[in-house]
Amino acid sequence: MTDKKYDAIIIGAGHNGLICANYLAKSGKSVLVLEANATVGGAACTREFAPGFKVSAGAQWLYQLNPTIVSDLKLIAHGLVYAAQDLDSIALNPNGQQHISIHGSHASGGDLSEQDAHQFAALQGQLLRFVRVLDRVFNRRPPKLIESDWHDKLTLARLGIDMKMLGKEDMSEMLRVGLINIYDLLNEHLDNPLLKGALSLDAVLGSHMGPRSPNTVFTYLYRLLGQHYRFNGPALLKGGMGQLADVLLHSAQHQGVEVRTNSAVITINLNADSAKSVTLGNGDTIVANSIVSNADPKTTFTKLVGLRNIEAGFSRRVQVIRMNGNAAKLHLALEGLPDFTGLNAQQTGARLLIAPDMKYVERAFNHAKYGELSPAPAMDISIPTVHDGSLAPAGKHVLSATVQYAPYALKDGWTEAQKQLAQKVAIDTIAQYAPRIKEQIRAAEYLSPADLEQQFNTHGGHWHHGEISLDQVLMMRPTPGCTQYRTPVDNLYLCGAGAHPGGGLMGLAGKNAAEEILRG
Amino acid sequence: MNELSALPQHTTQMMLHTPFHSRVVEACEINEWSAWQGYTTPSSYTNVEFEYFAIRSNTGVFDLTPMTKYRITGADAEAYLDRLLTRNIAKLAVNRVAYIVMCNDAGDVIDDGTVFRLADNEFRLCTQERVLDWMMWSAAGFDVEVIDETADVAALAIQGPTSCRVLRNMGFAGMENLKPFGMQTFEFNGARIMISRTGYTGDLGYEAWMAPEQAESFWDALFEAGKLRGIRAFGSEALDIARIEAGYLAAGVDFVPAEQIVRNGRGRSPLELGLGWLVDFNKPVFSGRKALLKQKEYGPRYRFVKLSVEGNKPAEHSFIYCRGKAVGTVTSAGWCPTAKTNVALASLEMPYGRPGDELEAEIYYMRELHWTRLMAKCTIITKPVWEPARRLQTPAPDA
Amino acid sequence: MKKYDAIVIGAGHNGLCNAAYLAKSGLDVLVLEKNSYIGGATVSRELHKDWTYSNCSYVCSLLRPEITRDLELPRHGLQVQPYGGGVTFCKNGDYFGNYDDHERQQREIARHSKRDANAYDRYAADVMKQTRLIRPFLMRTPPDPTSLKPRDLKELMHLAKAFGEMGEEGLADTLRFWTMSIGDFLDEYFETDVLKAHLAGSGIIGTALGVYSPGSAYVLLHHYMGDVDGTVGAWGFARGGMGAVSAALASSFQSFGGDIKCDAEVGQIMVKNGKTTGVALSNGDEYHADIVVSNLDPKRTFLNIMAESDLPADVVKKARNFKIRGSSGKLNIALDGMPTFEGIENGSILLKGDMHFSDSLERMERAYDDWKDETWSKDPYLDMLIPSQIDPTMAPPGKHMMTVFVQYAPPYIDGREWTDEERDQFGESVIQQIANHSPDFRDLILHCEVRTPRELENEVGLTEGNIFMGELTFDQLLFNRPFPGYAQYRGPVKGMYMCSSGTHPGGGVMAAPGANAAREILQDLRRPNIVPGAYADD
Repeated sequence: MTDKKYDAIIIGAGHNGLICANYLAKSGKSVLVLEANATVGGAACTREFAPGFKVSAGAQWLYQLNPTIVSDLKLIAHGLVYAAQDLDSIALNPNGQQHISIHGSHASGGDLSEQDAHQFAALQGQLLRFVRVLDRVFNRRPPKLIESDWHDKLTLARLGIDMKMLGKEDMSEMLRVGLINIYDLLNEHLDNPLLKGALSLDAVLGSHMGPRSPNTVFTYLYRLLGQHYRFNGPALLKGGMGQLADVLLHSAQHQGVEVRTNSAVITINLNADSAKSVTLGNGDTIVANSIVSNADPKTTFTKLVGLRNIEAGFSRRVQVIRMNGNAAKLHLALEGLPDFTGLNAQQTGARLLIAPDMKYVERAFNHAKYGELSPAPAMDISIPTVHDGSLAPAGKHVLSATVQYAPYALKDGWTEAQKQLAQKVAIDTIAQYAPRIKEQIRAAEYLSPADLEQQFNTHGGHWHHGEISLDQVLMMRPTPGCTQYRTPVDNLYLCGAGAHPGGGLMGLAGKNAAEEILRG
Repeated sequence: MNELSALPQHTTQMMLHTPFHSRVVEACEINEWSAWQGYTTPSSYTNVEFEYFAIRSNTGVFDLTPMTKYRITGADAEAYLDRLLTRNIAKLAVNRVAYIVMCNDAGDVIDDGTVFRLADNEFRLCTQERVLDWMMWSAAGFDVEVIDETADVAALAIQGPTSCRVLRNMGFAGMENLKPFGMQTFEFNGARIMISRTGYTGDLGYEAWMAPEQAESFWDALFEAGKLRGIRAFGSEALDIARIEAGYLAAGVDFVPAEQIVRNGRGRSPLELGLGWLVDFNKPVFSGRKALLKQKEYGPRYRFVKLSVEGNKPAEHSFIYCRGKAVGTVTSAGWCPTAKTNVALASLEMPYGRPGDELEAEIYYMRELHWTRLMAKCTIITKPVWEPARRLQTPAPDA
Repeated sequence: MKKYDAIVIGAGHNGLCNAAYLAKSGLDVLVLEKNSYIGGATVSRELHKDWTYSNCSYVCSLLRPEITRDLELPRHGLQVQPYGGGVTFCKNGDYFGNYDDHERQQREIARHSKRDANAYDRYAADVMKQTRLIRPFLMRTPPDPTSLKPRDLKELMHLAKAFGEMGEEGLADTLRFWTMSIGDFLDEYFETDVLKAHLAGSGIIGTALGVYSPGSAYVLLHHYMGDVDGTVGAWGFARGGMGAVSAALASSFQSFGGDIKCDAEVGQIMVKNGKTTGVALSNGDEYHADIVVSNLDPKRTFLNIMAESDLPADVVKKARNFKIRGSSGKLNIALDGMPTFEGIENGSILLKGDMHFSDSLERMERAYDDWKDETWSKDPYLDMLIPSQIDPTMAPPGKHMMTVFVQYAPPYIDGREWTDEERDQFGESVIQQIANHSPDFRDLILHCEVRTPRELENEVGLTEGNIFMGELTFDQLLFNRPFPGYAQYRGPVKGMYMCSSGTHPGGGVMAAPGANAAREILQDLRRPNIVPGAYADD
């Protein structure tokens, strides 16, 4: 037992954990962050996956980091440097030409009609107006609806006013499309199959949903928060996503936050209804006034608190949270810049999307529903070395891709053979767009959701620590009875992506949690 | 499909029979049957009043096989029950029985029942309702196995002042030394039978638990041994009179089991059922703890009371008024033939039911198609109207 | 020429209900029907001599009891009796039998899983919570959330109060239920595949959603919110087939002096100076009235029988975007005798209810994948009944009538019309699935009518064969049905109203849209309301 009693202990040095720690320390709290891995950052990390080749092993793009957090925590001053910003997303056409580029609300290229380009800009414009309303809700703790206090009532009143301020037409449209699927919405507005395919992928990335699953307009809006935060396209950080971790760490330490790596928390210790301390793998027990878990809710309650130590109704709620990941990561170390048909070298550094039409994405999802691998997966590809030479030896390149779908609960299990097969399918899929890529591969790594679970200590390997579906957002996130960053265990808080509003390197969960903890 | 044949009394049969059925049918002379958890059970065998008086004056026998029974085993069995139930199970010794309630997180009662500690890591939970779903959700995080053994255990309640004598006559030596809420295993017909000193009548009495194969011969031996002691089988109607007289609650009658509630707020906590004594707040965790602590601090929503009702008309389903305002309803009521008084169990809104509150029950009764409305004065009573000393005496009276 | 007070287009159950209330209020009302028979999708047809087919809708539960009683439908010949039982046959020869008796049902579920048996009671209570919440709103006009009119605000407050009574966690559970998939919802309660499959059917019937599509739990509610004699969620047969419902409504309507003309297809709603003046039939005949009520679905109403020039642009756009994809087909079969089913004795209650052959959620979801691929399910989900076991009017003694609802069948095959051959192949795949579990079934078939969405559209007038006249997704429910801003039964042209299943509260033989629309019309005419509200606290 170490003697010092902290105001707060944060379990897990993921970005939300560090952000939460930072805000708490800024308010004068003594904060200790405990990280199981050797490095901080969680899924915001840079890792060498082959000798000389480094990759953002978790999240590969930065596209919705909250600007308030960037300025509050002075992240630029602490060294946040972009390697590239506002990158185009290029929807790859299987015919090797007529690719379509998307930049913010503007789409161009290929066989995109003028009308579609116009319609797309109008649709994005309208959706961004909805996003502005959502952002105001995401910036605060989710309100309780019946047991609401003045703070919640204010949130609700503001939401009501914001909705009314949209005007009759926008408001009724938001109420209409808020709960439906991206497939129908895009079909209402657009004709071009390639553009629709790419946009639908944005709505389902990292989730267990297909374009036709109701709820996917909401997930699309969620992603559009990035554009609201003035990301007109994804960004890359110099040195990979690990830089974000370093910057957040630096900023936190500057505020006096103590961070210990290689310090896995084994248990959260309770005294009756209240969290008192944590015990580390080495047996040390550290006490604090508040214990804040950046781990996902299932890990927090199943492993750290123990389901037997909470009441059974809440245990039941934890057990039924849906958080099986459905996206894999593919990392390739390449001898040269891959030669994507129809793209020049600079374009190769854009965000490349394999989602030729919505049906393709939906069919890829079909397999995932049954615990099968998608034979033709949809992909989101990044070749960061186009912008950042520090990640690979000179002249060599790194390709990082999100492979959608790869179900966590694979029927045959994630055996080595299954992984090999999945990797082959993913590479074959890319090779249809970059035919010579196979000859360029020096090393390859495939991370299934099971691997992601293990590496990042997230149950199910889910990006968002819990499916972002409408039944698991706002006051249902992570689960009823555990909202507003508080839990049924007194002094135990959640600050991770499993809490409102969710993940995606946005940081709001960490920030909002800190505000709630400070509220006491 | 194959399991179909493995279950002898499957769905092709509308009603199930208990292992005592052949004997029950013989004894049930007036054919007053009712359905209880899918079993055919007698409401009355011959005459409700005589059956009732067998309980109070001789020995009454009740087939309680349809009660739901779970077997809980495993290294964490005790810890599991401590989290499941509001009482402190760590304090329950082997071969002891305890009356219990289990609550949901809101503190509302899911069910009441009895828990038997068969061994260090082995328990039986006997309840009125089926609660396996809740028990299985509760089991996550515990090294414990929960098995529904309802159909595997036949059970008889043997209740009344001569019940100890009858059991001794059957050859169960030392029966008189079994303490209330104790249990003991005996040899019978070369098999083992467990007898506990428990019951639902508020009188001296026992419950015998056995394998279904033993049921018929046990019944026969029991009635042979009780022949000169006025032994008599009784049905659910006589039992209901006895339990109301003793002030015992019935699930689904005096409270709605919490997991079956449709309308928000219709649940009742142990504190609202007069069962606060079953809640051990010193335990670090049990389902309902937080909500009940809060209720203890801020006060419960309802008060459960026993009422002595003026006159002799049962106050069934009556509204209770306090100075003209409806403040609650009667959940169970009846004339108590031994105590010779009229009682009711009622749930009142807080703060009503305070000392000095003048309560009235609105009773409707009919004589020759003529209905009369009666406002009967009610007095809150703290003790059951019938509480014979023999209930708790050890050695048990050997009448 | 004679001028009516109101003309109702389409003699389906909602049109007739609407007309009956208008006539009861003293208006002179004409109902026009394109077919030579009334009923729309609520019909009894003799397509094989001596057999009665309820060849569209086939069971009854949603029909609002307030309306049945108020319009005296029993006096006008309607008899609805409940049925019990039901079964899902498994591939391995086992089955799950859904007994009407609680204890037998418990034992049957326990045969598959004791835990599930107990969980079923909690499931039933939890679904009932949601049912109780929605039922009172079936007989009310949805508020416009964008409006600040006192009436809308009052109705919103009423809604808020009902939701408020659920409690914080209860409300969260309600919001979860409304947004979840039926598959995820059932996964939270049960471990037995066949039990989940048996229950999930109600989450997809008539809907272009799969069991794992979010929002399908609400669809389940849509099938649970009816009742027979106060038993919420129970279903029954109308004696003499579903046509008995429309016949009784028509008779009630006529008893108030109403007129019905069949073989009178409306070609155009006539509009002059922004007001309706009546309708013109396809044959050129005209009928005049200040009030025209369309019982056609929103697409047909605004795109087929109204001129674009008479409508605001947004309505035309909204009508074009209105989602009405059909998802189901139907087989109606005359049988020479009662077929035998593996493992279950004839006469069993299990065969008297709804029968299914999909024993897992995965099979049901895969059936949906076929629909998404614009083809009919090769392993379809069936909702099959043999009503002649209970209703002797459906077939001659000893003979039987079988109705088989089939999901999924898309409105178009690969984007084009169904062919007759494809229709027959579709029918054959259904027959084969039944025959797999009933060896003598095929030999007993005397006559079989196969209906794909094409037939439903062409004969009944349901666009794309959608049985609910519009999909039951959230963009098309409550204040969004059929479109935002037009959910209070009033059309965009003065004097024009909507009363079809395409309006709140949606499809099924409920008659609530017709009644609610009548209430609004009477209000606009400043006549006293005669449409009943919902019974309290079910």
